[in-house]
Amino acid sequence: MPPVAPADRIGPVVLSLTGITKRFGAFVANRAIDLTLRRGEVLALLGENGAGKTTLMNILFGHYVADAGSVQVAGADGTLAPLPAGSPGAALAAGIGMVHQHFALAGNLTGFENIVLGTQSLWAPVSKDGPARARLSALVARSGLTVDLDVPVANLGVGERQRVEILKALYRDARILVLDEPTAVLTPQEAEGLFAVVRRLTADGLSVILISHKLAEVAAVSDRVAVLRAGAKVADLPTAECDREKLAALMVGREVVPARRSVGTPGELMLELQHVSVAGADRRSTLTDVSLAIRAGEILGLAGVSGNGQTVLAALLSGLVRPSSGRVRLDGTDVTRFSPGRFVQLGVGRVPEDRHRDGVVGAMTLGENLILEDLDSPDYRRFGFLRRRAIEKRAAAALAAHDVRGPGPDSPARLLSGGNMQKLILARVLDRKPRLLIAAQPTRGLDIGATGDVHRRLLAARAEGAAVLLISEDLDELFRLSDRIAVIQAGRVTPAERTEEVDLKTLGLKMAGQTERTPA
Amino acid sequence: MIGLRLEPRPTPAPGLALAARIGAGIAALVLAAIPIALAGAPVGKAFALMAEGAFGSLFATSETLARATPLILTGLAAAVAFRAKLWNIGGEGQLYAGALAAVAVGSGLLDLPGPALIPIVMAAGMIAGAVLMLVPTLLKTRFGADEVVTTLLLNFVVLLVVQMMLEGPLKDPYGMGWPQSAPILDQAVLPKLMPRMRVHTGLVIALVVAVGIALVMARSVFGFQVRAVGENASAARFAGIGVTATFIKVGLLSGALAGLAGVSEVAGLKGYLTSDLSPGFGYSGIVVAMLAGLNPLGVVVAAIFVAAVFVGADSMSRGVGISSYIADLIVATSLLCVLVGGLVTTYRIRFTRPDPARS
Repeated sequence: MPPVAPADRIGPVVLSLTGITKRFGAFVANRAIDLTLRRGEVLALLGENGAGKTTLMNILFGHYVADAGSVQVAGADGTLAPLPAGSPGAALAAGIGMVHQHFALAGNLTGFENIVLGTQSLWAPVSKDGPARARLSALVARSGLTVDLDVPVANLGVGERQRVEILKALYRDARILVLDEPTAVLTPQEAEGLFAVVRRLTADGLSVILISHKLAEVAAVSDRVAVLRAGAKVADLPTAECDREKLAALMVGREVVPARRSVGTPGELMLELQHVSVAGADRRSTLTDVSLAIRAGEILGLAGVSGNGQTVLAALLSGLVRPSSGRVRLDGTDVTRFSPGRFVQLGVGRVPEDRHRDGVVGAMTLGENLILEDLDSPDYRRFGFLRRRAIEKRAAAALAAHDVRGPGPDSPARLLSGGNMQKLILARVLDRKPRLLIAAQPTRGLDIGATGDVHRRLLAARAEGAAVLLISEDLDELFRLSDRIAVIQAGRVTPAERTEEVDLKTLGLKMAGQTERTPA
Repeated sequence: MIGLRLEPRPTPAPGLALAARIGAGIAALVLAAIPIALAGAPVGKAFALMAEGAFGSLFATSETLARATPLILTGLAAAVAFRAKLWNIGGEGQLYAGALAAVAVGSGLLDLPGPALIPIVMAAGMIAGAVLMLVPTLLKTRFGADEVVTTLLLNFVVLLVVQMMLEGPLKDPYGMGWPQSAPILDQAVLPKLMPRMRVHTGLVIALVVAVGIALVMARSVFGFQVRAVGENASAARFAGIGVTATFIKVGLLSGALAGLAGVSEVAGLKGYLTSDLSPGFGYSGIVVAMLAGLNPLGVVVAAIFVAAVFVGADSMSRGVGISSYIADLIVATSLLCVLVGGLVTTYRIRFTRPDPARS
């Protein structure tokens, strides 16, 4: 397909948001935001967490009612008309479709059933699939979204599910499609495939809002970038006129210095997995014959598409599950007891993937969360009672040293932002001087500033001689921090290669298991 | 049309939480005026009689406090377990188990002087309650059996066991055929606090226990673990806290407290065991714990409130001819009001008018 020059495909305004303001109590989530979207245009909505992207989209979809401002959408004839506030049904009827980061599909239904769900009358005596199928196959042919629509969605890969989601929106005659962090779960090849689809659809007249904080994909696919910061729009400019550094600075509000890895000298073998298997119920919870080794002072990066066994590997090395076969050796000694408490004792620092669920007790204070792993230590207990002064001192010192910003050591941890919550967990883990650090998706959902802080902490732990296993879905992060990179796919781990020798394309193929059909 | 919207408060208002609870108690009494008026009784006089019946004399106050004593203990039993999100609905059964153990040990099996026998009787009752709660706790931690169901159903099992024992081995041979146990030995009876009044040393024990539990929950490592497990069991497990061990410990503690309530009723008030020892103290304890927001010291206040409503309603019913079931109504309404009050402390209620400019 020949690329279409932007000037040819971009048409009149189809969506116009004017002066959108939304307050939550004293907090201003959106401050007088103006936004326009034209026919055939890809608008990237860029911003850190908490910048107001989600709030703005929730207003567009009628989940929230704006305190001020209005939304206008072009009808089928192209004239702009106001969109009734607070009505998701009206947004759908106006041709706005959204693909959420977390898909809204019923796993036990097929792709076809998911797509037509809710579009047919419940009173119809027999469901008529024929016309629906004809329309769908036309859609598939036009968009290039090839996917098997007759198997249960649960059996589809993540990239395929995303295609079902997009088809679902298109089937409902979406003229404006909002994609929320669409590449978070995709391999590089799948992401490229998605972008090809987006180009094809926009050439066909669809308008796309791409929510993202990945600068590379914004540069790759969008025509125009709107940057939100602290609830306000701080920039709105053609993508051609900006570079990544400029966008990052606009997003964060200051110059961003990425963390840099210096050359290190790995020491003793710290962690060794020999033919370790975990028998799980499904693909996500199974490991098959995994062998890997990490030395002190080294970061081993583990790349992989979400749901390929990363979670169970992290759980294994956090002491939550035990291997069904194979040996786990820590610093030359076999680990025989698998319990979280035992792993803490052994000097394993663990940064959990889901920090809200496993990382902190949201209702307890920052100070209490900091000593969660230290309840056996005489530093913090005497005769079965907590030493509150010692805990307060620890909290004050740790919060200052790790720059955890929040309402104070006695406030509940759930009030922290994602970045500060992660810093709190890192403070708890790193203050124990772990020999081995397991960091599972440590920057997931964090903004650029917090990501940089986490990266610096991981590198500092490496410099102090910790062996670090970095499990991540962010390839930028893996290339920046890791000494060596391995790939996990369907519960198997490939041999690690030195980062300098890793080629992005082969890495992507390994992540896809080399057998998966490449997207059309 | 004016809409109503709930907006979460960034931080729960601390002073408001207490105010909401007190307000809820008052609101429940105000709401109770409606059925009282519908029943044709003078509302003012009814409430006056109720207050007089609960606190109007030394005798009335003694009655209220005697009624509050088991409620404090069963309230604490529910409060500690609920803190860990271990839903012990079996306070009633554990109370009876404690009472059964108390009469088994204290009505002649051991003939020791009082200072030795009283602690033994108390310990026996607490162990019986604890062991009874251990069963559902293990079923929960081992097999994932829902403790709401198991503890609730055990109540009926225990009551049947008690009836069997009272008709059989524990039946008082001098009881003239009544299904009741032999009386607790004189030296094992908890002394009365005042002559000719029913309030007894059990109240002092309950208050000391409440203070102790408050201290343990707020300051001890065990209390910390219980809170961590209750608030987020998976984070607690991840951090190396023994979640199963914590459930077992808190289950034992909860059962022991409810068992102690049974001891207190048998050894302090009734003197012997019958199968109508408790008018649902175990269940009311749950209400008490909820009214108190699971705060151990709050449990004392809530228990006295509930006891006062029951005792007061009794004398009101005699005075103006309204069924004393009004007490159940008031207690239930106050629980509902507390739940609504909880909404107010975590959310801000906003009234919205449609914006003509936007529609």
